[in-house]
Amino acid sequence: MNFSLTDTIAAVSTPPGEGGIAVIRISGKNAFVITQLIFSKTKDMFTKINLNQEKSHTIHFGYLISDNSVIDEVLLSVFKNPHSYTGEDVIEISSHGGTYVSGKILQLILNNGARLAEPGEFTKRAFLNGRIDLSQAEAVADLIKSKTETAHTASIRQLEGSLSEFVKKNRQKIIDVTSLVELELDFADEGLEFVKKDEVKKMIINICKDIKKIIDSYIAGKVIREGVNLVIAGKPNSGKSSLFNFLLKSDRAIVSTVAGTTRDYLEESIIINGIMFNLTDTAGLRSSDDFIESEGIHRSRKKISQADLIVYLIDSSMNKKDITDEIEFFNKNFDVNKSFALMSKSDLKKNEIKHSLPEISLLDEPSVENLKNLLVQKSISVSSVSANEITITNHRHKLCLENTIKSLTDAVNTIDKNLSGEFISVDLRNAMTHLGEITGEVTNDEILNNIFRNFCIGK
Amino acid sequence: MKKYFDIIVIGAGHAGIEASVCTAKMGFKVGLFTMDLNAIGRMSCNPAIGGTAKGHLVREIDALGGIMGQIADKTGIQFKMLNTSKGPAVWSPRCQSDKNMYSIEAANMIKDLKEIDIVQGVVNELIIEEAEKSNQKYKFSIKGVKTENNSFYFCESVIITSGTFLNAVMHTGKSRLEGGRIGEKSATGLSECMRTLGFETGRLKTGTPPRLDKNTIDFGKTETQNGDEIPKPFSHKIYNNFPYQKQVDCYLTHTNEQTHAILRTGFEDSPMFTGRIKGIGPRYCPSIEDKISRFSDKPRHQIFLEPETLDGDSIYMNGFSTSLPFDVQQKAANTIVGLEKVKLIKQGYAVEYDFFPTHQIYLTLESKLVSGLFTAGQINGTSGYEEAAAQGLIAGINAGLKLKNEEPFILKRSESYIGVLIDDLINKCPEEPYRMFTSCAEYRLVLRQDNADIRLMKYGYKFGLIEKDLIEKLDVKINLINEGIKYFETNTISPKIVNDYLQSKNSSELSQNEFLSNLIKRNEIKLSDLIEMDAFKENELLNIIKKDPETVNQIEIEIKYKGYIERQNEHIRNFENNENIKIPSDFKFEKIKSLSAEALEKLKAVKPASIGQAMRIAGVRPSDISAIMIYMRG
Repeated sequence: MNFSLTDTIAAVSTPPGEGGIAVIRISGKNAFVITQLIFSKTKDMFTKINLNQEKSHTIHFGYLISDNSVIDEVLLSVFKNPHSYTGEDVIEISSHGGTYVSGKILQLILNNGARLAEPGEFTKRAFLNGRIDLSQAEAVADLIKSKTETAHTASIRQLEGSLSEFVKKNRQKIIDVTSLVELELDFADEGLEFVKKDEVKKMIINICKDIKKIIDSYIAGKVIREGVNLVIAGKPNSGKSSLFNFLLKSDRAIVSTVAGTTRDYLEESIIINGIMFNLTDTAGLRSSDDFIESEGIHRSRKKISQADLIVYLIDSSMNKKDITDEIEFFNKNFDVNKSFALMSKSDLKKNEIKHSLPEISLLDEPSVENLKNLLVQKSISVSSVSANEITITNHRHKLCLENTIKSLTDAVNTIDKNLSGEFISVDLRNAMTHLGEITGEVTNDEILNNIFRNFCIGK
Repeated sequence: MKKYFDIIVIGAGHAGIEASVCTAKMGFKVGLFTMDLNAIGRMSCNPAIGGTAKGHLVREIDALGGIMGQIADKTGIQFKMLNTSKGPAVWSPRCQSDKNMYSIEAANMIKDLKEIDIVQGVVNELIIEEAEKSNQKYKFSIKGVKTENNSFYFCESVIITSGTFLNAVMHTGKSRLEGGRIGEKSATGLSECMRTLGFETGRLKTGTPPRLDKNTIDFGKTETQNGDEIPKPFSHKIYNNFPYQKQVDCYLTHTNEQTHAILRTGFEDSPMFTGRIKGIGPRYCPSIEDKISRFSDKPRHQIFLEPETLDGDSIYMNGFSTSLPFDVQQKAANTIVGLEKVKLIKQGYAVEYDFFPTHQIYLTLESKLVSGLFTAGQINGTSGYEEAAAQGLIAGINAGLKLKNEEPFILKRSESYIGVLIDDLINKCPEEPYRMFTSCAEYRLVLRQDNADIRLMKYGYKFGLIEKDLIEKLDVKINLINEGIKYFETNTISPKIVNDYLQSKNSSELSQNEFLSNLIKRNEIKLSDLIEMDAFKENELLNIIKKDPETVNQIEIEIKYKGYIERQNEHIRNFENNENIKIPSDFKFEKIKSLSAEALEKLKAVKPASIGQAMRIAGVRPSDISAIMIYMRG
C-alpha cells in the first residue's frame, strides 16, 4: 500500500447522484493552500482568501474559479488542526449538487495538488491523529453503511464512545481484581490483609455478567446493522412465494434483488417499522418431489440455521391429518425462540381444526398487518433491542469480548483448581489484553500503580 | 601522573563490583575508583540480599557469571525462601547478610582479580573528545577521568555507578548535611561536568531507618521470625554441602497509635512535608511518616528487627525509614512494644541525590551522547542492591563487548527479569526510584528463580564469565529434564500399581491405565514422592533423575503447569513478533506528522529499536504505533 500521512487528500463526501448540495472535503497540510488557489471571494475578479487568518469553524461564501471562469457558487467551511474531524486542516466545500459539478470541483482540487482519498481514509487519519479510538473509527464505518434509523442510532452511540466507556470501566475492574491477586505475590510479608479467593471469584463472575450482556446485544447489534435474517419456510405450495412477493410489494424494497448463490432461494430486503428484514424464500424447493432427500433441503436447512427468525407456513387448505402432521413436524424441528408457525391461506380452510396458531390470508388486510406486527415483535424479542443499552454491531468487538469472557472463565477455573495468584493473574491479564484490543490499549504499570494507590506498602 | 586502564568503573558499590569483576574476567584492565577503600560493597540500607523479584535478579546475575549470589551465600546469616505457599514462579530467595562480612568478602573477591586496580579518589571530571565524524551515533567519545587531586586516568570506556553520592544531601528534621551516607562525603563535580556536556539530571530521594542497640531491646516481647531450616544458596556454583554461616533470627513488632501521635509532632520539621526535599521518593518504600499520613486509618505498621551483623550490636529497624528530627525518632521508637528502652545507635535520614533520566541511555546502558560511557545503578534511577548489581553486570558486559567490537548484549523481557528491568528503565523512564516486582514481568511463569541457569547461563559462558564445568553440568541437566518430561508424557501406569499410592495421598484412584504426566498434574501428587514408588525401582532413567532434586523440580513444574506455560509461551511468540519488526536506527519520526507531540518527543529520545519497544514507551499511544507501522510499510 502506498500510503502517506503527509499529503493532502480530497473526496466528494456526499453520496453520488442528484441532490440539492454536495460536499467536497479536503484534508491535510495543504488543504488551505489548495483552496486558496481556486476560491475567490468575488465573482468578477479573483479575490484571494487568507485562510490562515480566518477563524476555525467559520463559513465563507465565494466562487470556485477554473481557467478564469466560475465553476460554482460555494460555501467553504474552515476547520483548523487539530480541531477538525481528521485532526488536520480541513476544508469542506458545499457546492451545488449533481455528479457533474461535484466531479468537476474534485478534479480541480486534485489538479491543484491534492490526492484522491481512499475509501475510509478521512476516518483512518482521524484515528492515526488520535482524534478517535479504534472502536469509534469502526463506528464511523458502520454509520456510513447504516441503512436504518436504529442502526444509525447505535453507531452514533458507539461514536460518542459508549463502548469505549464500557471497555474502560470494565478494564479498570479487571485491573482492580488483578491488583488484589498480585498484591499477595509481591508484598507477601507486608502484613496486609489479602482478599479471599471466593471474593475474587465473585468479582470476576460479576464482570463476566456485564460483558455477557454486551455480547448478547450483538445479536441486536447485528440485527440493527445488517437486518433480521427472516426465512419463510414450509412445504411446497404452502404459500411461501406468495407471501414473499406480497411483502415485497407492500413495503419498499431497499436492496435490489440479489440472486441467491443457487437457484434455490431468493433474497430481498424490506423495512417494517424501522427494522430491516432480509427475506429469504426457499422457493426452489417447490419442484422437488422427494422433499426429504433433495439436495435443496440441505441448502434450505443451512439457510434456516442461519436465520434470526423463521416463519413456517402451514397450508390451511390441507386435510386435517396433514395439518396435524405439519404442526407436529414444526414443533419437533424448530426452535420456538426464533420461529413461529403461521396458518396460510386461511380463506381456503376446509376443516375446523383446533390450533392456537396465527392465521393469514393475503386477501385479508388485517391478517397481513397482524403478521407484520408479529414479525416486528418477534425480531425485537430475538434481538432484545433497548434504546438505552450499549449494543455492539461489530464482529471484531464481539470476538474481543468473547475472548475476554473466556479468559475470565479460565481465571475462575484456576481459582477452583486452588492454584495461586500468579496463575490467576495470567488469565486476568489475558482478559485485560483482549478487552483492551477493542480500543487498542495496552497495560502494564497500571496494576502496580493501583496497588500503590490503595495499599500501604513498604516495610 | 598519567595512568591507563581499558575500563574505569566509578564507584565500588553493588553495581561497580559486578561491572569491574565481569570486565576483568573478560580480560580487560580495570580501574575501580572508590571514595573509601573500606566501603566496597557496603550495604547502605537493609542488611539483606534478595526478596520477591529481587531474589530472581540475584539468581540471574549468578547464572550470567556475576558474583552477588556468591557473596551473599558466604555472608548470609538467615536464609528464607519467600512465597513458598504460592506457585514456583513467585518463590523468591532472600538472605540477611552480615554487612561487615559482605563488604570484606566483596573486597576479597575483587582483590583476587589481578586485572582490577582499586583506586581511592573522587572522580570529578570526565575527559572526552568530539566523536569522529564517521561515528554519527554519538557526539563525544570518552577518553578518561580526572580526580579531585588532579590525577588523570585514560581509558577506552567508563562505567559510572555512583549510587546516592552525586551531590548527595542528607536530611534529618531541619538538619541538612552534605554526604551520600552517614559519615561519608558527597561527590561533587561529576554531575556538573556532565551537565556541561549536555546531560540532563534529576533529583531522587531515598531514606533509611534508625539502627538500634541490640542490648536495649526486649526481644521477649516480640515475635521471632525464623529463617529456613535448610538454607538454599543463591549461587549455581554450590550444589552440594552449602557451607552457610551460623543462622540467626529476626523479630517482628508493631507501631501503635501512640507511636503515630509522637511521630506527628515532628511533621512540622519534616523535610518531606515542608518541601525541603525536592527529590521523588519510592512509593513502595515510604517513610513511616508517609505511611501514617497517607494511611491514617491503619492503627499499626509492622517493624522488623534485623541484625546487621552476626555478633555486633546494630539492629536494622525495618519499616521505620524516617527523616523526622532525631529526638522524635527516639521518642517514637520507645513507644513500640519491645523497644521501650531502646537506644538509637544511628538516626534515620533521607538522602537526595542526582540521577540521569534513562532516556539518555541505550538498552546496553551506554550513553547516547558519549560513546564508551555507561551508567548503572541508582544513577539510572533504580533502587536496591540487586537492581544495581544487575545493571552493573550488563553495563560491564556491554562495555567489554564494545571494546571487542562485538554485538551488544540485550536481554529480552521474555527471557529474564534483568531484561524487564532495563527495558522498563529505558522505555518508561520512571520518575520514582525503580524497584523490581514480579508483577513487572508479564512472562512471570517462565521467568522463575529455579530456571535462571537454563535461561541465562549460556550467555555467561559465551562471555567467558561462566566456567566450562558449570555449563557442561547444565547441559546434562537440560537433557535429563527433557528426557524426563518425555518419559512421563508417553508412559502410562496401571491402576493395580498406583492405586494404593494414590489412596495414601487422598487422590482419586484410577480405573484404567493413565499417563504418568496426568497424575503429576494433580495438586496433591508430588513428583519426588511418586518416583520413589517400588514400581520405579529398576527404572534407569528415573534413578538418574532422582539424584538431582533440581531436575526433578524442573520436570514437575513443566508438567504440572504445562497449560499455563504454553499459554505464556504463545504470548511470548506474539511479543517477539513485535520485537522483530525493527525500526531503522536513523528513522526520522518527525516525518510522521500524525504523531502526538508527546509521542514524538519520547520516540526521538528513546530511539526504539523495534515496534515492540516503541509500544512500551510511556506516552506513545496505539494510534502512534499504527502510524509508524503504516509509515514504515508505505
